Amino acid sequence: MNDLLSFWLDSLPALLDGLTVSLEVTGVALAIGFPLGLLLALGVQSKARSLNLISLCVVEIGRGAPALVVLQFAYFGLPQAGLTLSSFAAAVFALAWNTGAYTSEIIRAGLESVPIGEIEASSAMGMMRVDTLRFVIIPQGLRVAAPALLGFATQMLQASSLCFAIALPELTSNAYVIGTNTFRYMEILSLAGILYAAICVPATIAVGVLEQRLGKHTR
Amino acid sequence: MTADMFLGVATGIPWTLAVTAAAFVLGAALGLPLCAMRLSNVALLRVIALVYIILFRSVPPLLWVFVFFFGLGSGYLPISAFEGVVLGLGLITAANMAEIYRGALSAIHAGQWEASEALALPSYSTYLDIIAPQLLRVSLPSSASYAVGLLKDSAIASTIGVTDISFNANYIAKSTYQGLPVFAIAALFYIMISLPVAALARAADQKLRARVAL
Repeated sequence: MNDLLSFWLDSLPALLDGLTVSLEVTGVALAIGFPLGLLLALGVQSKARSLNLISLCVVEIGRGAPALVVLQFAYFGLPQAGLTLSSFAAAVFALAWNTGAYTSEIIRAGLESVPIGEIEASSAMGMMRVDTLRFVIIPQGLRVAAPALLGFATQMLQASSLCFAIALPELTSNAYVIGTNTFRYMEILSLAGILYAAICVPATIAVGVLEQRLGKHTR
Repeated sequence: MTADMFLGVATGIPWTLAVTAAAFVLGAALGLPLCAMRLSNVALLRVIALVYIILFRSVPPLLWVFVFFFGLGSGYLPISAFEGVVLGLGLITAANMAEIYRGALSAIHAGQWEASEALALPSYSTYLDIIAPQLLRVSLPSSASYAVGLLKDSAIASTIGVTDISFNANYIAKSTYQGLPVFAIAALFYIMISLPVAALARAADQKLRARVAL
């Protein structure tokens, strides 16, 4: 037991460094992916044919292809097209695409939950379409989508573990490297799991609480 | 893009399907007792099921697969890469399926249980003949979309050396330096597999919806 604890204490700094990278890559991907999701949601609803088609393609590929394949496409494939990305940039590219594609559906459902009467009322008051979106539809729609978006954020932290495949030194990669050096896979992978759980479990519980609170107000 | 590339990536399809199917069957089966424990009257069983579900849903699938393949494999239990990934993904699927079953159970009208009791049906018959068919029908859409998600998660099998679509794509991309078309082909295969599965589930859902009134 003492042996295990001292091993954990010795490797904790490396894992915490990895966790920082995981959180950074997730944070940047979400910061790009959420606005992208909103744009895609509006694009899919748009009446302009070309915009509609492009948005649909981006969403369907982002949702249909495994995140791991998109990651490898960005890191190993794009250099062939003359675009060489660092592993961090490739990870952000792939995870932001993934986030945009999935959250566009969440946000679209939120936007569609705004009662049609409010949109009719806005146009009756002579509001422009852009203003209706900005002041009526988006604020209410995002409020409905908020719990699902936060739930998705915890999933994205888990998905960032896939960056192992493109040699980004995040939590899973660092744990794996320590495992290969010491051959104590079980111990080190368990510690990595505890670190993921330490963030995701409270976050999941918080999302549940938020869901209940918001549900109370809207109903 | 050459035919070689296309065929090379395609040889991984059976492994992708095998990993997905095996993990789904394992998860769908284990999900039932887990769901029963989650709803049990015994507090201890409820807590165990809840901890299991939270734990398996809060730690990344890749890490679980590593725990089983590298962790268990390093001296505890000899395990192949295929077994490792099926065990990892299957146990995660069990946690998610238990929640899907629980959601489906709450959609089954309480009158169904009351009527079974009023008819003095034995409890195995209540579950097997009355509840199970409805449970299957109600949970089908969510199970199907979970299976499609699992198909994509199965790509992590490639990280421990199962020769699935992703593994072959990776191998060919690195040996030919043609990453762009190769990974595009791999993505295309995943999308092409998930489309008929989704369509099949929709068709089955409509057929069952017509047969089992709810």
